[in-house]
Amino acid sequence: MPLTALSSATPVPVDILRFNTCGSVDDGKSTLIGRLLYDSKSLMEDQIEALERSADITGGGQINLANLTDGLRAEREQGITIDVAYRYFATPRRKFIIADTPGHVQYTRNMVTGASSANLSIILVDARTGVIEQSRRHTAIAALLRIPHLVVAINKMDLVGWSEARFLEIRAQFEEFLPRLDIKDVKFIPMSALNGDNVVDASVHTPWYVGPTLLGHLETVHIASDWNLNGFRLPVQWVNRPNNPTDASLHDFRGFSGQIAGGIVRTGQKIIAFPAGIVTTVKQIWTYDGPVDEAFCPQSVTLVLEHDIDISRGSMLVGLDHLPGSNTELQAEVCWMHARPLQPGKRYYLKHTTHTVQVSVTEIVNKLNLATLESDPAPAELGVNDIGEIRLRAAKPLVFDGYAINRLTGSFILIEQGTNATVAAGMLRPPREIVKPENGDYVI
Amino acid sequence: MRPARRVGKKSRQRLSNAGKIAALMSSYHLDHLQHLETEAIHIMREVAGEFERPALLFSGGKDSICLLRLAEKAFRPSDLPMPLLNVDTGHHFPELNEFRDRRAKQLGGKLIVRTVEDAIAKGIAQPAPGEISRNRLQIPTLLAAIEEFRFDCCIGGARRDEEKARAKERFFSFRDSFGQWDPKNQRPEIWNLYNGRLNQGENMRVFPISNWTEMDVWEYIQRENLEVPSIYFSHKRPCVRRGGQWLPVNALVPPKAHEEVRELVVRVRTIGDIISTGCVESPATTTGDIIAEIAAARVTERGSRADDKSSEAAMEDRKKAGYF
Repeated sequence: MPLTALSSATPVPVDILRFNTCGSVDDGKSTLIGRLLYDSKSLMEDQIEALERSADITGGGQINLANLTDGLRAEREQGITIDVAYRYFATPRRKFIIADTPGHVQYTRNMVTGASSANLSIILVDARTGVIEQSRRHTAIAALLRIPHLVVAINKMDLVGWSEARFLEIRAQFEEFLPRLDIKDVKFIPMSALNGDNVVDASVHTPWYVGPTLLGHLETVHIASDWNLNGFRLPVQWVNRPNNPTDASLHDFRGFSGQIAGGIVRTGQKIIAFPAGIVTTVKQIWTYDGPVDEAFCPQSVTLVLEHDIDISRGSMLVGLDHLPGSNTELQAEVCWMHARPLQPGKRYYLKHTTHTVQVSVTEIVNKLNLATLESDPAPAELGVNDIGEIRLRAAKPLVFDGYAINRLTGSFILIEQGTNATVAAGMLRPPREIVKPENGDYVI
Repeated sequence: MRPARRVGKKSRQRLSNAGKIAALMSSYHLDHLQHLETEAIHIMREVAGEFERPALLFSGGKDSICLLRLAEKAFRPSDLPMPLLNVDTGHHFPELNEFRDRRAKQLGGKLIVRTVEDAIAKGIAQPAPGEISRNRLQIPTLLAAIEEFRFDCCIGGARRDEEKARAKERFFSFRDSFGQWDPKNQRPEIWNLYNGRLNQGENMRVFPISNWTEMDVWEYIQRENLEVPSIYFSHKRPCVRRGGQWLPVNALVPPKAHEEVRELVVRVRTIGDIISTGCVESPATTTGDIIAEIAAARVTERGSRADDKSSEAAMEDRKKAGYF
C-alpha cells in the first residue's frame, strides 16, 4: 500500500530527533526527562499512579520523577542511573527518542552508546557547582562523536537565586574550552528541572533570558541531514539468492542487500565492488515495494548488478565519485570501554560496517587529558573511559572514509577475542590515499 | 511488479509548486516510520548475516505482525532465512492461534510451536502448587525449544516503550548459557555496529523494533495494510470484573458467585494470556479508529496486563530468568 494520509486525529510527526542527556550523578538528568514527559503530557495515568505508589513507599509522599526512568532494582536501591534508558514522546511538531545516559564515571561507555546516534546532546550542569571534569568529559565525547547540536542545561537555577551573573559565569567556563573542541552549535538554557522552569514552559524567574525553553528548542532546532549524500556506499549485509523460486524470473536472481551508508544510487549507475575492485553497473534496485530508480542513505535496498562478481557479506559497493580509502594501516581515535586496558600488540576483532577483521594495535599515539583537553603523547596504555589516538594493522584492507566525512563508514568497534566483549568505539582518521579507479585492475 | 518509481515520491506530490525548490533540497528525506523501518531491516539482515541458526518469535500479536512484514522487506524475494517459533501457553486466545497459523502458511514460513502443556508433561516446566498463570512457565519452555533446535538467536518484537526494564535493553541482548539477561553488564551498542559474537551455548535475543512506540506499530499496520487478529477490534464479549479490570470470561478461571459479569463491547490493546489480558471498552472497528483511540488514551498499553503489575520489577526479574 502506498503512503496514505493518516486520520486527522493524529498529527503525523515529520521527523525524529534523537537526543541524549548527560551529566554527573545528581545533576538531575532523570528528573529533567521526567519533567519533559510530565509537562508535555506524554505520561499516562497508570505511569503517574505507579510514581505515586512508589512515592508513598520510598519518597515520603513526594513524587520522584527520576523513578520514571530508573527502572532497574539496583538503580532504585542506589538512587542512580546504571544503564542507558530509552524514552519516547511526540509533540505535534516532532517525534523524540531520548537516551538517558548515566553520568557515573564508570559508566561513560554508556554515554557513548546513547550518544553515538544522537542529533543533539544535552549536557546538564548543576548551577551551584558549575563546570566539573565530567562536564568537560561529556562535552569532549559529544565533540568526538560529532553530534551536530549541543545544549548546555544549567540546572538547579532556583538554588542560586536565579542569578544571571552565575549563569553567565558558567557559560564563560564553557566558552573557555569549547574552541578547543569541534562543536558548531551550542545553546545555553537556565532551568530548574525539578520545578519545571524553562523545560516546557517559560520561567517567570528568568526575565533576563530571551531564548527558547528546552522543548521549544528541541522542536525547532534544524536537523541538518546527518546522513552523507555525497559518496555512494553500500556495505553488503546479505546475499539474496532465492532457493527454488516458483517465479521463473527469479531463477537467476542474485541481489546484494544492505543499508545505504552514504550517497545516492541510481539504476544504470557504474559502481565499484570491493574488495574485488571491479567496476560494474547497477541493473536494478529491488525493494519489497517494487523496484525503484533511485535510493539514498539510510534506505535498505537490494541491488542487482550487471556482472557476476565475487561479492559477499562484508563487501562494499561504492560510487565512482568521492572514492573511499582502502588500507590495512589505520589510524583512529578510540574511546576505551573495558576494565582491561588496551594493550599494544594485542589482537582484537574489528567490526567496521558489515566486515569483521582481525587487527593488532601497533601504537598508542596519545591520550586525551580531560582536565586540559590537551593530548599527552605516547601513554603506556588506555584504560576504561580513556580517549586516545591509536594505530592499527588489519589482516585485510578496510574500505573506509574518515569519520568526519561519514559516521557509518568511518566508525568501528573493537571486540576482545575470547570474551567477545565490546571494548572500544573507534573513529577513523581520513585515509591517507584514496583508491584509484583509473587503474586497469578496476575495469572488467 | 509495480512500475519503477522513486522512493518517497508520493509524499512529495503533496507539496505545492512554491515549495519545489525546498522540496528538491529535502527530497532525500525519510519520515519517522521509514526511519524506523530501515533501522529494523538493517538489524534483521545483521541477524541473517551473523548467526547460524536464528529463529523469529511469532505470536500473532501486533508487534510480531510488524516483525514479519519487516522480515519480508529484509529478505524477499528469497524465503525467510529462519523459522517462526511460538511458545503456546495453552491459555492463548483461540483467535490468536488461528491467525498465527494462517499467517505463517500465507508466508510459506516454517512454524514451530512448543507448548507449556508439553513442557509440564516432560518435567521441563514445573508449576508451583496452585499456580494457574503460565507466564513463568513460558521461560523453561522457550529455553528448551532453543536447546532442542540449537537456535543461537531469537528475534523478538519487544519494544522499549512498553516497560521500564525493556527501556534499558539493547537491540542485541546477550544471554548467557542459562538464557539470563544481565542488565548491569550489557555490551555497549554504538552507531549501527552490533556485536553478535557468541561462545558455545550462549544466545542472543534481538529486538528490531525496540525504538517503536505503540502508535508507530499501528501507523505501520495501517500504512502496510496488515491484517491483525479480530480481537484487536471492537466485539461483544462477556467480561468479568477482576482486579480493577474487565477480563474475558473463560473456562480456566470461571467467574465466582460474587463477581460481576457483563456483556460488553470491547477490544484488547495488548494480547497476553486469556486469564490476564484486560479488555477495554471501545467502539474501534478499523485501524484508523485504533490510532485515534491511542492518540487520546490516558493509560499505557501494559496497564491492561496483570502480569506486569505484580511488582515494580516484574519484567526485569522475568528477563533475568530468560524471558523474551
